[in-house]
Amino acid sequence: MIRYLLPLLGGILTGLGLMYGFLYYNPMSSANNLSPLSVTENEVVRLNYSAVAQDTLIYTNNGESQIAPYPAKVQQLWETPIRLTTATATVLSDSRGQVAGIGVKFSSRSEQTNILRGEILMDSVWHIYLPARGSVFMEQSENYWNYIRDIVVPARWSSGDNWRGSWLGNITAGPGALGTASVTGGSGQFEYMITEGVELFSAKAYSVEHGPVAMSSEIAIEIPRSKD
Amino acid sequence: MIKSFVSGILLSIAVSVSVLYYVPIVKQVRENSMITVIPNVGNTEVFHANVPMDRIMIGAPRQASPLPTGLNWSDDERFSGIRAELFKIRNANETVVGVASRIAGSTENDDIVEWVLHLPARGSVYLIMESVADSGGYRAGEMRAGTEEFGDLLGQAIERWVADTSGDEYAPEGKIELITAFVAVQEEL
Repeated sequence: MIRYLLPLLGGILTGLGLMYGFLYYNPMSSANNLSPLSVTENEVVRLNYSAVAQDTLIYTNNGESQIAPYPAKVQQLWETPIRLTTATATVLSDSRGQVAGIGVKFSSRSEQTNILRGEILMDSVWHIYLPARGSVFMEQSENYWNYIRDIVVPARWSSGDNWRGSWLGNITAGPGALGTASVTGGSGQFEYMITEGVELFSAKAYSVEHGPVAMSSEIAIEIPRSKD
Repeated sequence: MIKSFVSGILLSIAVSVSVLYYVPIVKQVRENSMITVIPNVGNTEVFHANVPMDRIMIGAPRQASPLPTGLNWSDDERFSGIRAELFKIRNANETVVGVASRIAGSTENDDIVEWVLHLPARGSVYLIMESVADSGGYRAGEMRAGTEEFGDLLGQAIERWVADTSGDEYAPEGKIELITAFVAVQEEL
């Protein structure tokens, strides 16, 4: 009996290793480092913010996640229907680094997540108000697969429990056919505008204990040309 | 022995693929939608946020005691006309079903009041409200965009403040009520 059991266990462990390798180097997932808006001829509004929780106005989640809510006394989202949701309010800057407005982001883990396809998805919405220009609502499905594979997993493998490097990635994966977010204008010069956007992360340091340590994000929104 | 080894490999791969394919990794908790259908109005649903306990953030200039404690609101002049609030949102059964942002902005050109409701298991709604409430304290608005369950809907919303009159020591000061009435968009033939 033991003569067959040991090779079987060895086979199971080898199979699990092969499966892990297949998932890690998943041929069905692709690096998505290029913004689909980089080839547009229309104006693109670019808004930047720090993706580090301590740099935001507030960041909150269920209080049990890796990234601690900020400030420490902010209400946590512990109720069952919102336990898998995070809320962030942050100052948005324009491409020159000047304050442009405020953005509120709600993100919830998506039930469409499928590891076999290399999809670790979040359903998120942005509520953005730029006092000089107007307001917009941006809906997107975000795929964190490349972020986790390139940053989070290497950080966990690292003896120092951290990652340092330079990583740039487009996390927007839909709902647009080209992997773009859906943007609806609310007021001001954006009123009734229907267009597309993307969100990109630029990471430089990550800690297993605290999450992102040096990471910025850019929201790019295409402004369609007026038809008149 | 070789057969056992290969069988182990195939078995573990088959089980792994089956588990990853059939077992949902994320399962959002759903509360029953408490929708009332009113003739010629549509699907009406009432959400509310109890004040102050459901308020997560008040971002506004020159606050004596910011919420949450430690909030570092920007003193940039562009923020001087912004009031941004975050809430937990409840259904008619007093169960928290989502989160919401309310942004009020005032500039030389424009005054805005907007809501985004985010109900994780159902989707999100973007509401544009009138900047001035009517004499009865009601503020009307319209749905500008929706996602998932709300993606194919259009409709109106009303915001109003309902003060608590129970006299209960532990009762909230009141609640901000959002009454939504959405209908499905008719597709062109």
